[in-house]
Amino acid sequence: MDIETLARIQFAFTISFHYIFPPLTIGLGLMMVIFESIYIRTHNKLYETLARFWTKIFALIFGIGVVTGIVMEFEFGTNWAAYSRYVGDVFGSALAAEGIFAFALESGFLGVLLFGWNRVKPWVHLLSTIGVFLGSLFSAIWIVVANSWQQTPAGYHIVGEGINARAEITGFWAMVFNPSSVDRVTHVWLGALLAGAFIVLSVHAYYLLKGKHIEISKKAFKIALVVATIFSLVQLFTGHNSAEGVAQYQPAKLATLEGHFEKSGPADMYLFGWVDKENQEVTGLKIPGGLSFLLEYDFNAPVTGLNAFPEDERPSAVNAVFQFYHIMIAIGMFMIGLTLFAVFLWWRGRLFDKRWLLWAFVISVILPQIANQTGWFAAEMGRQPWVVYGLLRTSEAFSQAVSANQIVFSLILFFVVYALLFLLFIYLLNKKIKQGPYSKDGLGNQPYEKNTANILTEN
Amino acid sequence: METFLGIDYPTLWLLVLAGLFSGYAILDGFDFGAGAWHLFLKKEESRRIALNAVGPVWDGNEVWLVIGGGAMFAGFPVLYATLFSAMYIPFMLFLLFIIFRAISIEFRGKEKMLWWRKMWDISYSVSSIMLAFLLGVVLGNVLQGLPIGKDYSYHGGVFFYFLNPYAIMTGITTLALLMSHGAIFLLLKTEGKLYAKLALLLKKGIFFFIVSFGVTTLYTLVYIPHLSDRLMDNPILFIVPLLAFLSIANIPRLANKERYLSAFLFSSITISLLLALVAIELYPTLLRSSIDPKFNIDIYNAASSGKSLGVMLTIVAIGVPLMLGYTIFVYKTFWGKVKLDENSY
Ligand code: HDD
Ligand code: HEM
Ligand code: HEM
Repeated sequence: MDIETLARIQFAFTISFHYIFPPLTIGLGLMMVIFESIYIRTHNKLYETLARFWTKIFALIFGIGVVTGIVMEFEFGTNWAAYSRYVGDVFGSALAAEGIFAFALESGFLGVLLFGWNRVKPWVHLLSTIGVFLGSLFSAIWIVVANSWQQTPAGYHIVGEGINARAEITGFWAMVFNPSSVDRVTHVWLGALLAGAFIVLSVHAYYLLKGKHIEISKKAFKIALVVATIFSLVQLFTGHNSAEGVAQYQPAKLATLEGHFEKSGPADMYLFGWVDKENQEVTGLKIPGGLSFLLEYDFNAPVTGLNAFPEDERPSAVNAVFQFYHIMIAIGMFMIGLTLFAVFLWWRGRLFDKRWLLWAFVISVILPQIANQTGWFAAEMGRQPWVVYGLLRTSEAFSQAVSANQIVFSLILFFVVYALLFLLFIYLLNKKIKQGPYSKDGLGNQPYEKNTANILTEN
Repeated sequence: METFLGIDYPTLWLLVLAGLFSGYAILDGFDFGAGAWHLFLKKEESRRIALNAVGPVWDGNEVWLVIGGGAMFAGFPVLYATLFSAMYIPFMLFLLFIIFRAISIEFRGKEKMLWWRKMWDISYSVSSIMLAFLLGVVLGNVLQGLPIGKDYSYHGGVFFYFLNPYAIMTGITTLALLMSHGAIFLLLKTEGKLYAKLALLLKKGIFFFIVSFGVTTLYTLVYIPHLSDRLMDNPILFIVPLLAFLSIANIPRLANKERYLSAFLFSSITISLLLALVAIELYPTLLRSSIDPKFNIDIYNAASSGKSLGVMLTIVAIGVPLMLGYTIFVYKTFWGKVKLDENSY
């Protein structure tokens, strides 16, 4: 395989793995802040137990998020050297801001959040939890701003020529508020908050089904349900804003998302389908004129199609992008339906009566994860063949100094290590959940056994 | 070119970078050093105490690396791109060990089986040793220079180029320095028998450092003369190595008196002074080309634009005081000897 493809596979693999964890960190951060605040206001021990329990799970997730994140930061330099030289001037500042404002806040207070329960006053502890949560929200801002700049560059000019050409910043705020930043940051945030709410729903639904920790689980479930319902609904709007932005600034991507080839009106919107790129046809279930309506509020408005762009300025994996995008939307719709139905039952006082519904929530933990991943895949693959939209091609962006063999080496390395990490993660997560909120040993550490201590006699 | 107090922006940014990297070397340095000794501590309880000494702070310390990396990307993108892609293998290994270091801390205490704990102990200790060593190796390569050609292209070997004799020497010296530094940190956090044992280990560590440092220095003077040009031309600068030597000599003296807080201060100062010495020798070069000096990467051809550096200097001016604030708050919260409780690792 050529270097470019290998580098792309490695980047996609490592970032997708990283992106399993940050949404959970961000989402659980909010849940912990809510639980702990209720505890401080009501002094009800139950909420303290909840906060402590979820903090333990948070710690596990956070650790893996951090180490996989460092990989991402290095990878820009190791695998995308040409790209790094090109964009460093512009979005380096976003990354620097991320480190200084977000990660420092997050990691600084993390120690107090995890180990400080008995060392600081409850309200100082709550402030630390809030610090960690805000830190994680900020980190999402800066990294998504950097990525949005690649999608819709603004606030820069190009200096130099050929291999020495690069983008230089002309307006910091124009760069930060490039046309897609706000839409995408909010969409990503909500995706993360949903991931957190759904893991809480899942675990407590499981306890309810097993007849364990009933009282605490009912409380936690209801709180998480409120969060999940609100954000599922709002997600529809932020997603819609993103789609409008894409239509305006990345029309080739929009056409790919919907498999739309010829400029025509009415343009249809598919609920699901299959794109035949050769014959330029989509088969599936569609809402006639739906796309036109969503973008222009007019069922007959024409929408630009893929054929308006030269072959080498549009994504090649049309069907894949189409599928990823539609999976995300289907999941979004499903989550709205599921949460509204549960709220309806709650209102009728029968929330915990239906076992199948609780099972549905147990399984649903995977849904926001899939939507988050497929959303990014659609956004990133739909941006091809550009790394920086309209300015720098992916084929010009990778490191010339790195050989295919080296990437094969590191790819295998990441594959093995991440597989191991993932197995350990699932194993320990499962164990924590089995132990439950009332397990005595703090971060889940078993006190060491006598014989462990004795075998090792020296100091 | 934009200046502030008469210093141009790229030079200022170099100072920021030097500050961040010495912060990183001092802070994560004691984590690595403490971890390197881990297998020397035999009792389960000693190992737990040692782990919990770094437990609440290692993640905060690692952020200095994240920020340092980000600052290099942002301020000197050309250096970041060229160095990271040329040193592909050592950086990938560094990532591997940084992953294992972190998960060993996290996972070790989660099961009580002896084999489980032993496995993570080994992984923790080996990772810490390799991290300290690799940091030194990369530094050694930077000091010697890399075969950089036109348009920042790299012409060196692919897999093992980075492991040359000089880099190995600097790697070992760094390891020794950080091991002494880490032992001092552990001494601050422990009591009783473990404390007595660490005091002995520290003596060995200091000896190991002084020998390897001496050898590396001699080798540098003889075989890599360009690294002492600047000192030779400006004798006044000899003050920096002189201070470094004094500060090194001070460490065993303070250790003998069991004044470990001061010893820690001086081992931190030593780390900063040695890095300052590197910066002085190279300035304004960042990465020497061993092919032809005209291909050198220096702070001017590697830097981002003045506009961008200006924005980032503002970010740093606002952000760093905040960062120091949290760091102090966290260290204050966990000040004093380690006490194992139900929240410990
Ligand atoms: C700030 C930059 C940035 C951010 C925040 C992300 N990406 Fe990205 N992504 C890139 C910067 C980038 C890139 C360096 O620009 C790549 C490498 C090759 C390319 O074409 O773009 C890329 C490629 C890339 C690809 C390969 C696309 C292809 O080769 O066809 C995938 C699947 C993803 N990314 C997925 C993600 C996911 C799941 C993210 C969420 C965490 C994400 N990206 C965030
Ligand atoms: C290529 C892109 C990315 C890079 C270079 C990157 C870099 C990093 C780094 C270096 C860390 C560790 C920080 C520490 O030591 O505390 C980290 C953790 C984190 N990242 Fe990423 N990241 C990327 C993508 C993302 C995205 C898209 C998000 C969110 C939307 C995100 C959110 C977070 C959060 C919240 C953390 C804290 C740890 C955790 O949540 O697990 N990152 N990232
Ligand atoms: C319900 C209807 C939804 C719509 C209409 C929608 C729309 C979109 C669009 C148009 C994009 C591409 C943006 C771009 O390329 O710049 C996108 C990306 C994304 N979506 Fe959605 N989305 C929906 C639901 C969801 C849900 C439920 C989640 C997660 C729980 C989610 C997570 C993401 C993520 C993580 C991205 C990538 C980041 C980005 O580009 O903003 N989406 N979405």
